[in-house]
Amino acid sequence: MQPSPHARPALLKVDGVTLQYSANGRQTVAVYRVGFEVGASDRYVILGPSGCGKSTILKAVGGYLTPAEGGILLHGAAVRAPGPDRVFVFQEFDQLLPWKTARENIVFALTASRKMSRRDAEQRASDVLDKVNLAAFADHYPHTLSGGMKQRVAIARALAMEPHVLLMDEPFAALDALTRQKMQDELLQLWEETKFTMLFVTHSIEEAVRVGSRILLLSAHPGRVKAEIDCRSADAREIQELLYA
Amino acid sequence: MPEIAPEAAVAALEIAQKSQSPWERIYGSAAARRIMLLVVLALVWEFYARWLANPLLAPTFSATLNALVSSFASGALSRALWFSLAMLAKGYAAGLILAAMLTAFASASRIGADLLETLTAMFNPLPSIALLPLAMIWFGLGDASVIFVLIHAVLWPVALNTHAGFRAVSPTWRMVGQNYGLSGIRYVWRILLPGAFPSILTGLKAGWAFAWRTLIAAELVFGVSSGSGGLGWFIFERKNQLLIPEVFAGLLTVILAGLLVENLIFRPVENRTVRRWGMQA
Repeated sequence: MQPSPHARPALLKVDGVTLQYSANGRQTVAVYRVGFEVGASDRYVILGPSGCGKSTILKAVGGYLTPAEGGILLHGAAVRAPGPDRVFVFQEFDQLLPWKTARENIVFALTASRKMSRRDAEQRASDVLDKVNLAAFADHYPHTLSGGMKQRVAIARALAMEPHVLLMDEPFAALDALTRQKMQDELLQLWEETKFTMLFVTHSIEEAVRVGSRILLLSAHPGRVKAEIDCRSADAREIQELLYA
Repeated sequence: MPEIAPEAAVAALEIAQKSQSPWERIYGSAAARRIMLLVVLALVWEFYARWLANPLLAPTFSATLNALVSSFASGALSRALWFSLAMLAKGYAAGLILAAMLTAFASASRIGADLLETLTAMFNPLPSIALLPLAMIWFGLGDASVIFVLIHAVLWPVALNTHAGFRAVSPTWRMVGQNYGLSGIRYVWRILLPGAFPSILTGLKAGWAFAWRTLIAAELVFGVSSGSGGLGWFIFERKNQLLIPEVFAGLLTVILAGLLVENLIFRPVENRTVRRWGMQA
Protein backbone atom coordinates (compact mmCIF):
# COMPACT_ATOMS: atom_id res chain seq x y z
CA MET A 1 0.00 0.00 0.00
CA GLN A 2 1.27 3.45 -0.82
CA PRO A 3 1.67 5.86 2.10
CA SER A 4 -1.18 8.19 2.83
CA PRO A 5 -0.92 11.47 0.96
CA HIS A 6 -1.96 13.32 4.12
CA ALA A 7 0.72 14.95 6.17
CA ARG A 8 -1.39 14.87 9.35
CA PRO A 9 -1.68 11.61 11.28
CA ALA A 10 -4.63 9.56 10.09
CA LEU A 11 -7.95 10.06 11.83
CA LEU A 12 -8.88 6.45 11.25
CA LYS A 13 -6.34 3.72 10.72
CA VAL A 14 -7.35 0.22 9.65
CA ASP A 15 -4.24 -1.90 9.98
CA GLY A 16 -3.96 -5.39 8.45
CA VAL A 17 -7.47 -6.35 9.47
CA THR A 18 -8.77 -9.87 8.90
CA LEU A 19 -12.43 -10.53 9.58
CA GLN A 20 -13.97 -13.97 9.93
CA TYR A 21 -17.40 -15.34 10.55
CA SER A 22 -18.42 -18.86 11.41
CA ALA A 23 -21.33 -20.55 9.69
CA ASN A 24 -22.29 -24.22 9.83
CA GLY A 25 -19.34 -24.84 12.12
CA ARG A 26 -16.86 -23.54 9.54
CA GLN A 27 -14.72 -20.44 9.72
CA THR A 28 -14.98 -18.28 6.64
CA VAL A 29 -12.59 -15.41 5.98
CA ALA A 30 -14.61 -12.47 4.71
CA VAL A 31 -11.82 -9.90 4.66
CA TYR A 32 -8.10 -10.66 4.53
CA ARG A 33 -5.45 -8.25 5.83
CA VAL A 34 -7.02 -5.05 4.64
CA GLY A 35 -5.38 -1.78 5.60
CA PHE A 36 -6.04 1.87 4.84
CA GLU A 37 -5.96 5.28 6.44
CA VAL A 38 -8.64 7.94 6.43
CA GLY A 39 -7.68 11.54 7.08
CA ALA A 40 -9.86 14.32 8.43
CA SER A 41 -12.47 15.54 5.90
CA ASP A 42 -11.77 12.64 3.55
CA ARG A 43 -14.65 11.25 1.56
CA TYR A 44 -13.25 7.75 1.63
CA VAL A 45 -15.11 5.20 -0.48
CA ILE A 46 -14.75 1.44 -0.18
CA LEU A 47 -15.73 0.02 -3.54
CA GLY A 48 -16.05 -3.59 -4.56
CA PRO A 49 -18.33 -6.30 -5.88
CA SER A 50 -20.76 -8.05 -3.56
CA GLY A 51 -18.97 -10.57 -1.40
CA CYS A 52 -15.84 -8.47 -0.98
CA GLY A 53 -16.67 -7.80 2.66
CA LYS A 54 -16.94 -4.03 2.35
CA SER A 55 -19.92 -3.80 4.68
CA THR A 56 -18.14 -6.16 7.06
CA ILE A 57 -15.20 -3.76 7.22
CA LEU A 58 -17.60 -0.91 7.97
CA LYS A 59 -19.24 -2.93 10.77
CA ALA A 60 -15.81 -3.60 12.23
CA VAL A 61 -14.99 0.13 12.17
CA GLY A 62 -18.39 0.67 13.79
CA GLY A 63 -17.32 -1.69 16.57
CA TYR A 64 -19.91 -4.37 15.91
CA LEU A 65 -17.29 -6.95 14.89
CA THR A 66 -13.89 -7.72 16.36
CA PRO A 67 -11.07 -8.37 13.88
CA ALA A 68 -9.44 -11.79 14.05
CA GLU A 69 -6.19 -10.09 13.14
CA GLY A 70 -4.94 -6.52 12.96
CA GLY A 71 -6.35 -3.43 14.58
CA ILE A 72 -8.60 -0.43 14.03
CA LEU A 73 -7.51 2.86 15.53
CA LEU A 74 -9.58 6.01 15.80
CA HIS A 75 -7.44 8.99 16.84
CA GLY A 76 -4.84 6.45 17.93
CA ALA A 77 -7.20 4.57 20.28
CA ALA A 78 -8.37 1.03 19.49
CA VAL A 79 -12.01 0.60 18.47
CA ARG A 80 -13.65 -1.99 20.73
CA ALA A 81 -17.39 -1.36 20.79
CA PRO A 82 -20.05 0.68 19.00
CA GLY A 83 -20.09 4.31 20.04
CA PRO A 84 -21.54 7.68 19.06
CA ASP A 85 -18.17 8.94 17.79
CA ARG A 86 -18.73 6.74 14.70
CA VAL A 87 -22.29 7.11 13.48
CA PHE A 88 -23.79 4.69 11.00
CA VAL A 89 -26.15 5.44 8.14
CA PHE A 90 -27.57 2.15 6.93
CA GLN A 91 -29.06 1.08 3.65
CA GLU A 92 -32.27 -0.10 5.32
CA PHE A 93 -35.16 2.35 5.48
CA ASP A 94 -36.08 1.01 8.91
CA GLN A 95 -33.02 2.59 10.51
CA LEU A 96 -35.35 5.34 11.73
CA LEU A 97 -37.22 4.20 14.81
CA PRO A 98 -40.85 4.03 13.63
CA TRP A 99 -42.24 4.98 17.04
CA LYS A 100 -40.57 8.38 16.86
CA THR A 101 -41.16 11.30 14.50
CA ALA A 102 -38.34 12.59 12.31
CA ARG A 103 -37.48 15.20 14.92
CA GLU A 104 -37.75 12.76 17.83
CA ASN A 105 -35.42 10.34 16.03
CA ILE A 106 -32.74 13.01 16.01
CA VAL A 107 -33.46 14.09 19.59
CA PHE A 108 -33.27 10.43 20.58
CA ALA A 109 -29.79 10.08 19.06
CA LEU A 110 -28.52 13.20 20.82
CA THR A 111 -30.00 12.39 24.23
CA ALA A 112 -29.43 8.61 24.23
CA SER A 113 -25.74 9.28 23.66
CA ARG A 114 -25.89 11.93 26.44
CA LYS A 115 -24.44 14.44 24.02
CA MET A 116 -26.72 17.29 25.03
CA SER A 117 -29.79 18.21 27.03
CA ARG A 118 -33.23 17.63 25.60
CA ARG A 119 -33.83 21.28 24.89
CA ASP A 120 -30.53 21.75 23.04
CA ALA A 121 -31.25 18.53 21.16
CA GLU A 122 -34.62 19.85 19.97
CA GLN A 123 -32.90 22.96 18.64
CA ARG A 124 -30.17 20.93 16.94
CA ALA A 125 -32.79 18.61 15.42
CA SER A 126 -34.65 21.55 13.89
CA ASP A 127 -31.40 22.94 12.50
CA VAL A 128 -30.28 19.74 10.80
CA LEU A 129 -33.76 18.97 9.44
CA ASP A 130 -33.70 22.43 7.95
CA LYS A 131 -30.34 21.62 6.38
CA VAL A 132 -31.75 18.57 4.56
CA ASN A 133 -34.90 20.52 3.58
CA LEU A 134 -37.24 18.49 5.74
CA ALA A 135 -38.27 21.13 8.27
CA ALA A 136 -41.88 20.75 7.11
CA PHE A 137 -41.79 17.02 7.90
CA ALA A 138 -40.24 17.26 11.37
CA ASP A 139 -43.33 15.94 13.11
CA HIS A 140 -44.07 13.17 10.61
CA TYR A 141 -43.66 9.53 11.55
CA PRO A 142 -41.18 7.62 9.35
CA HIS A 143 -43.83 5.40 7.73
CA THR A 144 -45.39 8.50 6.18
CA LEU A 145 -42.10 9.56 4.55
CA SER A 146 -40.73 8.41 1.19
CA GLY A 147 -37.57 6.31 1.00
CA GLY A 148 -35.44 9.29 0.05
CA MET A 149 -36.85 11.38 2.88
CA LYS A 150 -36.12 8.61 5.38
CA GLN A 151 -32.51 8.45 4.25
CA ARG A 152 -32.26 12.23 4.49
CA VAL A 153 -33.53 12.11 8.06
CA ALA A 154 -31.01 9.35 8.81
CA ILE A 155 -28.21 11.48 7.37
CA ALA A 156 -29.47 14.50 9.32
CA ARG A 157 -29.49 12.40 12.49
CA ALA A 158 -25.93 11.26 11.85
CA LEU A 159 -24.71 14.80 11.07
CA ALA A 160 -26.40 16.17 14.19
CA MET A 161 -24.14 13.90 16.22
CA GLU A 162 -21.01 15.51 14.74
CA PRO A 163 -19.17 12.19 14.82
CA HIS A 164 -15.44 11.83 14.15
CA VAL A 165 -16.35 9.71 11.17
CA LEU A 166 -19.62 9.05 9.38
CA LEU A 167 -20.05 5.41 8.35
CA MET A 168 -22.31 5.08 5.33
CA ASP A 169 -23.30 1.57 4.33
CA GLU A 170 -24.73 1.88 0.80
CA PRO A 171 -27.18 4.51 2.04
CA PHE A 172 -28.67 5.18 -1.40
CA ALA A 173 -28.72 1.62 -2.76
CA ALA A 174 -32.43 1.11 -2.13
CA LEU A 175 -33.47 4.36 -3.84
CA ASP A 176 -34.55 4.87 -7.44
CA ALA A 177 -31.91 6.22 -9.82
CA LEU A 178 -33.18 9.81 -9.92
CA THR A 179 -33.49 10.12 -6.17
CA ARG A 180 -30.09 8.51 -5.74
CA GLN A 181 -28.38 11.14 -7.90
CA LYS A 182 -30.14 13.93 -6.08
CA MET A 183 -29.11 12.50 -2.71
CA GLN A 184 -25.50 12.19 -3.83
CA ASP A 185 -25.49 15.86 -4.82
CA GLU A 186 -27.08 16.86 -1.53
CA LEU A 187 -24.53 14.83 0.39
CA LEU A 188 -21.69 16.61 -1.40
CA GLN A 189 -23.30 19.94 -0.68
CA LEU A 190 -23.55 19.09 3.01
CA TRP A 191 -19.92 18.06 2.92
CA GLU A 192 -18.98 21.42 1.40
CA GLU A 193 -20.67 23.11 4.35
CA THR A 194 -19.16 21.15 7.24
CA LYS A 195 -16.33 19.05 5.76
CA PHE A 196 -17.16 15.98 7.82
CA THR A 197 -15.13 12.80 7.47
CA MET A 198 -16.92 9.88 5.96
CA LEU A 199 -16.32 6.28 5.10
CA PHE A 200 -18.72 5.33 2.33
CA VAL A 201 -19.35 1.78 1.13
CA THR A 202 -20.81 1.12 -2.31
CA HIS A 203 -20.77 -1.36 -5.15
CA SER A 204 -21.54 1.30 -7.76
CA ILE A 205 -18.56 2.72 -9.64
CA GLU A 206 -20.50 5.82 -10.68
CA GLU A 207 -21.44 6.51 -7.08
CA ALA A 208 -17.88 5.98 -5.88
CA VAL A 209 -16.51 8.43 -8.41
CA ARG A 210 -19.24 10.97 -7.72
CA VAL A 211 -19.10 10.86 -3.95
CA GLY A 212 -15.52 9.95 -3.10
CA SER A 213 -12.31 11.89 -2.79
CA ARG A 214 -10.40 8.64 -2.42
CA ILE A 215 -11.43 5.12 -3.33
CA LEU A 216 -10.28 1.80 -1.96
CA LEU A 217 -10.83 -1.00 -4.45
CA LEU A 218 -11.48 -4.46 -3.06
CA SER A 219 -11.59 -7.86 -4.70
CA ALA A 220 -13.92 -10.59 -3.50
CA HIS A 221 -13.65 -13.96 -1.69
CA PRO A 222 -11.97 -13.02 0.52
CA GLY A 223 -11.96 -9.23 0.41
CA ARG A 224 -8.46 -7.89 -0.27
CA VAL A 225 -7.14 -4.50 -1.26
CA LYS A 226 -6.63 -4.19 -5.00
CA ALA A 227 -5.76 -0.54 -5.27
CA GLU A 228 -6.23 2.84 -3.70
CA ILE A 229 -7.18 5.65 -6.03
CA ASP A 230 -7.13 9.38 -5.64
CA CYS A 231 -10.24 10.57 -7.43
CA ARG A 232 -8.77 13.79 -8.69
CA SER A 233 -6.41 11.76 -10.86
CA ALA A 234 -8.67 8.92 -11.99
CA ASP A 235 -11.86 8.63 -14.00
CA ALA A 236 -14.58 6.01 -14.11
CA ARG A 237 -12.99 4.07 -16.97
CA GLU A 238 -9.69 3.66 -15.22
CA ILE A 239 -11.43 2.47 -12.09
CA GLN A 240 -13.51 0.05 -14.10
CA GLU A 241 -10.39 -1.36 -15.70
CA LEU A 242 -8.76 -1.70 -12.28
CA LEU A 243 -11.86 -3.36 -10.88
CA TYR A 244 -12.20 -6.01 -13.52
CA ALA A 245 -8.49 -6.46 -14.25
CA MET B 1 -62.37 7.46 -34.85
CA PRO B 2 -65.83 8.86 -34.17
CA GLU B 3 -65.86 12.01 -32.12
CA ILE B 4 -67.36 11.80 -28.70
CA ALA B 5 -70.65 13.67 -28.60
CA PRO B 6 -70.59 16.61 -26.20
CA GLU B 7 -73.68 15.27 -24.44
CA ALA B 8 -71.84 12.02 -23.74
CA ALA B 9 -68.93 13.94 -22.25
CA VAL B 10 -71.28 15.88 -19.97
CA ALA B 11 -72.96 12.65 -18.93
CA ALA B 12 -69.57 11.10 -18.16
CA LEU B 13 -68.72 14.12 -16.03
CA GLU B 14 -71.97 13.71 -14.17
CA ILE B 15 -71.20 10.06 -13.48
CA ALA B 16 -67.77 10.94 -12.16
CA GLN B 17 -69.02 13.75 -9.95
CA LYS B 18 -72.34 12.34 -8.88
CA SER B 19 -72.87 13.30 -5.27
CA GLN B 20 -73.75 10.51 -2.87
CA SER B 21 -77.33 10.13 -1.81
CA PRO B 22 -78.01 10.17 1.96
CA TRP B 23 -78.61 6.43 1.82
CA GLU B 24 -75.21 5.82 0.20
CA ARG B 25 -73.54 7.98 2.79
CA ILE B 26 -75.10 6.00 5.67
CA TYR B 27 -74.23 2.75 3.97
CA GLY B 28 -70.62 3.94 3.58
CA SER B 29 -70.16 4.33 7.33
CA ALA B 30 -69.07 1.14 9.08
CA ALA B 31 -70.61 2.23 12.38
CA ALA B 32 -74.00 2.86 10.72
CA ARG B 33 -73.94 -0.56 9.05
CA ARG B 34 -73.16 -2.26 12.36
CA ILE B 35 -75.94 -0.42 14.16
CA MET B 36 -78.40 -1.38 11.42
CA LEU B 37 -77.38 -5.03 11.78
CA LEU B 38 -77.84 -4.89 15.55
CA VAL B 39 -81.29 -3.35 15.15
CA VAL B 40 -82.26 -6.08 12.68
CA LEU B 41 -80.97 -8.82 15.01
CA ALA B 42 -82.86 -7.30 17.97
CA LEU B 43 -86.07 -7.20 15.90
CA VAL B 44 -85.64 -10.84 14.80
CA TRP B 45 -85.09 -11.84 18.43
CA GLU B 46 -88.12 -9.87 19.61
CA PHE B 47 -90.50 -11.32 17.04
CA TYR B 48 -89.19 -14.87 17.30
CA ALA B 49 -89.55 -14.83 21.11
CA ARG B 50 -93.07 -13.40 20.85
CA TRP B 51 -94.01 -16.06 18.33
CA LEU B 52 -92.49 -18.79 20.55
CA ALA B 53 -94.28 -17.35 23.60
CA ASN B 54 -92.18 -19.33 26.05
CA PRO B 55 -90.44 -16.85 28.38
CA LEU B 56 -88.72 -19.70 30.26
CA LEU B 57 -86.79 -20.73 27.16
CA ALA B 58 -86.39 -17.46 25.33
CA PRO B 59 -87.52 -14.15 26.84
CA THR B 60 -88.16 -11.33 24.40
CA PHE B 61 -85.57 -8.66 23.67
CA SER B 62 -87.68 -6.07 25.45
CA ALA B 63 -88.03 -8.26 28.54
CA THR B 64 -84.26 -8.78 28.58
CA LEU B 65 -83.71 -5.04 28.25
CA ASN B 66 -86.14 -4.46 31.11
CA ALA B 67 -84.32 -7.01 33.26
CA LEU B 68 -81.00 -5.39 32.38
CA VAL B 69 -82.18 -1.93 33.42
CA SER B 70 -83.88 -3.10 36.61
CA SER B 71 -80.92 -5.29 37.62
CA PHE B 72 -78.58 -2.36 37.17
CA ALA B 73 -81.03 -0.10 39.01
CA SER B 74 -81.23 -2.47 41.97
CA GLY B 75 -77.45 -2.64 42.02
CA ALA B 76 -77.30 -6.43 41.80
CA LEU B 77 -75.84 -6.51 38.31
CA SER B 78 -73.48 -3.58 38.77
CA ARG B 79 -72.15 -5.19 41.98
CA ALA B 80 -71.58 -8.46 40.12
CA LEU B 81 -69.88 -6.65 37.24
CA TRP B 82 -67.65 -4.72 39.59
CA PHE B 83 -66.78 -7.88 41.51
CA SER B 84 -65.80 -9.67 38.30
CA LEU B 85 -63.73 -6.76 36.96
CA ALA B 86 -61.88 -6.34 40.26
CA MET B 87 -61.08 -10.06 40.33
CA LEU B 88 -59.96 -9.93 36.72
CA ALA B 89 -57.68 -6.95 37.42
CA LYS B 90 -55.97 -8.86 40.25
CA GLY B 91 -55.41 -11.99 38.18
CA TYR B 92 -54.37 -9.99 35.11
CA ALA B 93 -51.85 -7.91 37.04
CA ALA B 94 -50.34 -10.98 38.70
CA GLY B 95 -50.16 -12.75 35.33
CA LEU B 96 -48.41 -9.76 33.75
CA ILE B 97 -45.82 -9.57 36.51
CA LEU B 98 -45.02 -13.26 36.14
CA ALA B 99 -44.94 -12.96 32.34
CA ALA B 100 -42.51 -10.04 32.61
CA MET B 101 -40.24 -12.06 34.90
CA LEU B 102 -40.35 -15.12 32.69
CA THR B 103 -39.66 -13.09 29.54
CA ALA B 104 -36.80 -11.24 31.21
CA PHE B 105 -35.26 -14.58 32.19
CA ALA B 106 -35.84 -15.89 28.67
CA SER B 107 -34.17 -12.84 27.11
CA ALA B 108 -31.21 -13.00 29.47
CA SER B 109 -30.22 -16.60 28.90
CA ARG B 110 -30.55 -19.42 26.45
CA ILE B 111 -31.81 -21.86 29.07
CA GLY B 112 -34.42 -19.25 30.03
CA ALA B 113 -35.60 -19.06 26.43
CA ASP B 114 -35.80 -22.87 26.29
CA LEU B 115 -37.76 -22.89 29.52
CA LEU B 116 -40.25 -20.31 28.25
CA GLU B 117 -40.72 -22.06 24.93
CA THR B 118 -41.20 -25.46 26.57
CA LEU B 119 -43.62 -24.17 29.19
CA THR B 120 -45.73 -22.21 26.71
CA ALA B 121 -45.83 -25.16 24.33
CA MET B 122 -47.11 -27.31 27.20
CA PHE B 123 -49.51 -24.97 28.94
CA ASN B 124 -50.84 -22.72 26.18
CA PRO B 125 -53.16 -25.43 24.80
CA LEU B 126 -54.42 -26.32 28.30
CA PRO B 127 -57.72 -24.52 29.01
CA SER B 128 -57.39 -22.62 32.28
CA ILE B 129 -60.76 -23.81 33.51
CA ALA B 130 -59.43 -27.38 33.49
CA LEU B 131 -57.10 -26.36 36.32
CA LEU B 132 -59.94 -25.16 38.54
CA PRO B 133 -60.61 -28.46 40.35
CA LEU B 134 -56.92 -28.74 41.16
CA ALA B 135 -56.76 -25.11 42.23
CA MET B 136 -59.67 -25.68 44.62
CA ILE B 137 -57.76 -28.50 46.31
CA TRP B 138 -54.58 -26.45 46.52
CA PHE B 139 -55.94 -23.04 47.44
CA GLY B 140 -59.40 -23.72 48.83
CA LEU B 141 -62.56 -21.94 47.89
CA GLY B 142 -61.32 -18.34 48.21
CA ASP B 143 -60.18 -15.80 45.64
CA ALA B 144 -56.79 -17.48 45.43
CA SER B 145 -58.12 -20.33 43.31
CA VAL B 146 -59.73 -18.01 40.78
CA ILE B 147 -56.64 -15.83 40.63
CA PHE B 148 -54.55 -18.94 40.04
CA VAL B 149 -56.54 -19.94 36.96
CA LEU B 150 -56.57 -16.31 35.75
CA ILE B 151 -52.78 -16.20 35.99
CA HIS B 152 -52.65 -19.34 33.90
CA ALA B 153 -54.93 -17.71 31.32
CA VAL B 154 -52.83 -14.53 31.08
CA LEU B 155 -49.27 -15.72 31.61
CA TRP B 156 -48.69 -17.92 28.57
CA PRO B 157 -50.10 -15.80 25.74
CA VAL B 158 -48.46 -12.65 27.11
CA ALA B 159 -45.07 -14.31 27.70
CA LEU B 160 -45.16 -16.05 24.33
CA ASN B 161 -46.02 -12.89 22.36
CA THR B 162 -43.60 -10.68 24.27
CA HIS B 163 -40.78 -13.14 23.79
CA ALA B 164 -41.55 -13.48 20.09
CA GLY B 165 -41.73 -9.66 19.84
CA PHE B 166 -38.30 -9.21 21.41
CA ARG B 167 -36.78 -11.77 19.09
CA ALA B 168 -38.32 -10.09 16.06
CA VAL B 169 -36.95 -6.61 16.87
CA SER B 170 -35.20 -5.48 13.69
CA PRO B 171 -31.41 -5.96 13.73
CA THR B 172 -31.11 -2.43 12.32
CA TRP B 173 -32.90 -0.93 15.34
CA ARG B 174 -30.62 -2.93 17.61
CA MET B 175 -27.54 -1.58 15.82
CA VAL B 176 -28.94 1.96 15.94
CA GLY B 177 -29.50 1.63 19.69
CA GLN B 178 -25.95 0.39 20.27
CA ASN B 179 -24.55 3.04 17.95
CA TYR B 180 -25.99 5.79 20.14
CA GLY B 181 -24.53 4.23 23.25
CA LEU B 182 -27.56 2.47 24.70
CA SER B 183 -27.00 -0.59 26.84
CA GLY B 184 -28.63 -2.50 29.68
CA ILE B 185 -31.96 -1.27 30.95
CA ARG B 186 -31.89 1.88 28.77
CA TYR B 187 -31.50 -0.32 25.69
CA VAL B 188 -34.43 -2.51 26.76
CA TRP B 189 -36.59 0.52 27.53
CA ARG B 190 -35.80 2.61 24.45
CA ILE B 191 -35.30 -0.04 21.76
CA LEU B 192 -36.59 -3.51 22.69
CA LEU B 193 -39.86 -2.56 24.38
CA PRO B 194 -41.13 -0.13 21.72
CA GLY B 195 -39.80 -2.37 18.96
CA ALA B 196 -41.67 -5.35 20.36
CA PHE B 197 -44.76 -3.34 21.30
CA PRO B 198 -47.06 -4.57 18.50
CA SER B 199 -46.50 -8.17 19.64
CA ILE B 200 -46.79 -7.24 23.29
CA LEU B 201 -50.13 -5.55 22.62
CA THR B 202 -51.36 -8.63 20.76
CA GLY B 203 -50.36 -10.71 23.79
CA LEU B 204 -52.13 -8.34 26.19
CA LYS B 205 -55.32 -8.55 24.14
CA ALA B 206 -55.19 -12.34 23.89
CA GLY B 207 -54.47 -12.56 27.62
CA TRP B 208 -57.43 -10.33 28.44
CA ALA B 209 -59.81 -12.35 26.23
CA PHE B 210 -58.69 -15.67 27.75
CA ALA B 211 -58.88 -14.27 31.28
CA TRP B 212 -62.38 -12.82 30.86
CA ARG B 213 -63.84 -16.08 29.55
CA THR B 214 -62.02 -18.10 32.17
CA LEU B 215 -63.27 -15.86 34.94
CA ILE B 216 -66.94 -16.10 33.93
CA ALA B 217 -66.62 -19.86 33.59
CA ALA B 218 -64.83 -20.16 36.94
CA GLU B 219 -67.53 -18.12 38.66
CA LEU B 220 -70.21 -20.38 37.21
CA VAL B 221 -68.58 -23.44 38.73
CA PHE B 222 -67.17 -21.85 41.78
CA GLY B 223 -69.71 -19.28 42.85
CA VAL B 224 -71.97 -22.13 43.90
CA SER B 225 -69.89 -22.70 46.98
CA SER B 226 -68.33 -19.30 47.57
CA GLY B 227 -71.57 -17.34 47.77
CA SER B 228 -70.15 -13.94 46.97
CA GLY B 229 -70.13 -13.66 43.26
CA GLY B 230 -69.40 -11.95 40.02
CA LEU B 231 -71.23 -12.07 36.72
CA GLY B 232 -70.90 -15.84 36.33
CA TRP B 233 -72.41 -16.35 39.73
CA PHE B 234 -75.18 -13.84 38.95
CA ILE B 235 -76.11 -15.85 35.84
CA PHE B 236 -75.98 -19.15 37.67
CA GLU B 237 -78.09 -17.92 40.57
CA ARG B 238 -80.77 -16.33 38.36
CA LYS B 239 -81.02 -19.52 36.34
CA ASN B 240 -81.68 -21.48 39.54
CA GLN B 241 -84.44 -19.01 40.37
CA LEU B 242 -85.78 -19.34 36.81
CA LEU B 243 -85.37 -15.61 36.25
CA ILE B 244 -84.50 -16.19 32.61
CA PRO B 245 -84.65 -12.54 31.42
CA GLU B 246 -82.07 -11.75 34.10
CA VAL B 247 -79.91 -14.63 32.88
CA PHE B 248 -79.98 -13.02 29.45
CA ALA B 249 -79.27 -9.63 31.02
CA GLY B 250 -76.21 -11.15 32.72
CA LEU B 251 -74.97 -12.64 29.45
CA LEU B 252 -75.50 -9.30 27.73
CA THR B 253 -73.44 -7.63 30.45
CA VAL B 254 -70.58 -10.07 29.87
CA ILE B 255 -70.63 -9.16 26.19
CA LEU B 256 -70.90 -5.43 26.88
CA ALA B 257 -68.00 -5.50 29.33
CA GLY B 258 -65.89 -7.22 26.68
CA LEU B 259 -66.80 -4.61 24.08
CA LEU B 260 -66.15 -1.76 26.49
CA VAL B 261 -62.68 -2.99 27.42
CA GLU B 262 -61.85 -3.50 23.75
CA ASN B 263 -63.14 -0.09 22.66
CA LEU B 264 -62.21 2.04 25.67
CA ILE B 265 -58.82 0.54 26.50
CA PHE B 266 -57.23 -1.50 23.75
CA ARG B 267 -58.52 0.42 20.72
CA PRO B 268 -57.31 3.85 21.94
CA VAL B 269 -53.94 2.38 22.94
CA GLU B 270 -53.66 0.81 19.50
CA ASN B 271 -54.57 4.06 17.76
CA ARG B 272 -52.03 6.05 19.72
CA THR B 273 -49.21 3.58 19.25
CA VAL B 274 -48.92 0.89 16.59
CA ARG B 275 -51.40 2.52 14.20
CA ARG B 276 -49.79 5.94 14.48
CA TRP B 277 -46.34 4.39 14.07
CA GLY B 278 -47.38 2.29 11.08
CA MET B 279 -46.27 -0.84 12.95
CA GLN B 280 -49.34 -3.08 12.87
CA ALA B 281 -48.26 -6.65 13.50
